[in-house]
Amino acid sequence: MSQSAAPTIRLQNVRKNTLQRKLYFFGALALLLVVASFFSEQLCPYDPYMQDMSLTKAAPSAEHLLGTDRYGRDMLSRVIAGSKTSIFSTLLLVSFITLFGSLIGIICAWMGRKTDTVLMRLSDMFLAFPGLVFALAVAAVLGGGVHNAIFALAAISWPKYARLARSQTLALQAAPFMQAAKMAGSGTFKLIYKHVIPNISGPILVTAVLDIGTMMMELAGLSFLGLGAKPPIPEWGSMMSDTRNLLPTQPWVTLAPGFAIFFSVMIFNLLGDTVRDYLDPKRR
Amino acid sequence: MGAITSMNYAFKRLIQLIPILFGITFLSFLLMYMAGSDAVTEMYSNRGVEVAQEIIDERKAALGLNLSFGEQYINWLWAMLHGDMGVSFVTGENVLKAFLRKLPATLMLTGLSIALTLLISLPCGILAAIRHDRGIDLILRFGSFMGNAMPNFFVAMLLMEFLGIQLGLLPVISSGTDFESALLPTLTLAIAMSAKYMRQVRSAVLEELGKDYVLGAKARGISDSVILWKNVMKAAMLTIMTLLALSIGSLLGGTAIVESIFMWDGVGKLAVDAINMRDYPMIQAYVMWMAIIYVLVNLVADLLYHELDPRIRLGVNGK
Repeated sequence: MSQSAAPTIRLQNVRKNTLQRKLYFFGALALLLVVASFFSEQLCPYDPYMQDMSLTKAAPSAEHLLGTDRYGRDMLSRVIAGSKTSIFSTLLLVSFITLFGSLIGIICAWMGRKTDTVLMRLSDMFLAFPGLVFALAVAAVLGGGVHNAIFALAAISWPKYARLARSQTLALQAAPFMQAAKMAGSGTFKLIYKHVIPNISGPILVTAVLDIGTMMMELAGLSFLGLGAKPPIPEWGSMMSDTRNLLPTQPWVTLAPGFAIFFSVMIFNLLGDTVRDYLDPKRR
Repeated sequence: MGAITSMNYAFKRLIQLIPILFGITFLSFLLMYMAGSDAVTEMYSNRGVEVAQEIIDERKAALGLNLSFGEQYINWLWAMLHGDMGVSFVTGENVLKAFLRKLPATLMLTGLSIALTLLISLPCGILAAIRHDRGIDLILRFGSFMGNAMPNFFVAMLLMEFLGIQLGLLPVISSGTDFESALLPTLTLAIAMSAKYMRQVRSAVLEELGKDYVLGAKARGISDSVILWKNVMKAAMLTIMTLLALSIGSLLGGTAIVESIFMWDGVGKLAVDAINMRDYPMIQAYVMWMAIIYVLVNLVADLLYHELDPRIRLGVNGK
């Protein structure tokens, strides 16, 4: 990086425009996915719960593009209907941990002293557990269900945001403009609302968007183990676990929800990478 | 002098570990406590008998479940320090013994996955870094991108379908904990881990390659391979090893899903089975020991990092 000559203004503009185009493109794609999942009931060609015992385990055909499962339910409809559970729970989870974690982080940085120590040691406790292990146990104790799975993952994921928000806020506090605002008579609320939040939201947003894919996979993982959405509710992870016996004979039934997860995660990851590059002036 | 400071550092880190270990035991206990009052009812229903309320109350008193939260925690902690984490609700076996019996299988799986991950991601990451922005780099980056978007159970299903069923190369369900049955679960874990790790190796090497001393060495006519292997890799290896230790956390979590898919008889499968049976003492033992293993791995990595980096070891400010 250090040996390459500084890019010219023209080159910088070209890069910025390409990035902007990429951002709009992936943003639109992600939005499309969310909107489609919102209207998933209207998009399903069949009722995802409707069983047709005369047509169980059918191969893909013109009527049933992805075939049917062992209850004769149309797989395409179930995959489409599953997007609602998978995508909405993920977005709910990520917005919750982002807001909650950042709030804790700002409080820590602002209050300092004991509040800071206690809350940070608490977050250390949660960070001491490896990945899904703690979430597994929380979901197990709470007893499954989408809401409990969301809660379990939220319990292990908020500390990351708290640490990020804390360090960002601490760095800001020393900035001259903050001192100036303070001297001009801004109160705590105004300082946080007008100066801290707008300045720390960039890095937090990037982390949040990049987290959507991971959280979607972890939520699906919990459902796969029977600790998230329960059948017959269509959810991608639980659908795969539900139909895994069909893998040797009807692989498309088992793999279709997997591909749905794969493409959704990919879209959100691409969006996350682009948002990161767009907000990082060094990469332009 | 160097030895003393690193001893001091190790000691300091061990002291810092104490509150974290307390935190781990406390949270693990809290989990059990939340399930607590139900656990006794659950225990009897697991054994398939209907019992009167008095017997349940008596049983709770015998287990100390009628005491206050603090007393229960201290009792539990004391018993735990003596190696007694209770008995399984399902089998009646000592949970710690059951956990320790299954642990080697999981450690074997974890070890094999780490070895395979290194085997895949080190060469690929280095290659991608030295062929930065050329064809091979783009292909490898694309591969890692795809891998990052696949949950491990999906990778497991794909491998089962293509390697196990279509080609019939490998056994789909493990028949024990032998090497052949370990291949598919290892590959599943390694693919997911390599996808992340390759990127990290690439950026660590790339960052090192961009430093001024590399330019200086090039100007003095030192060959690229000497620079890469003798200088760049030596410096980048520290970051690479630390990142590896950090990714062990997600690997340990991932074993639960992969073990239960492939019927690999380790602690992950033990935990998933325990969850399905609502065998709370078992779940508790699993959560607590996995966290302790994770914390210890991180500690060792940190100490190694400290030991290997002369700038930190000798107290020279490198930053």
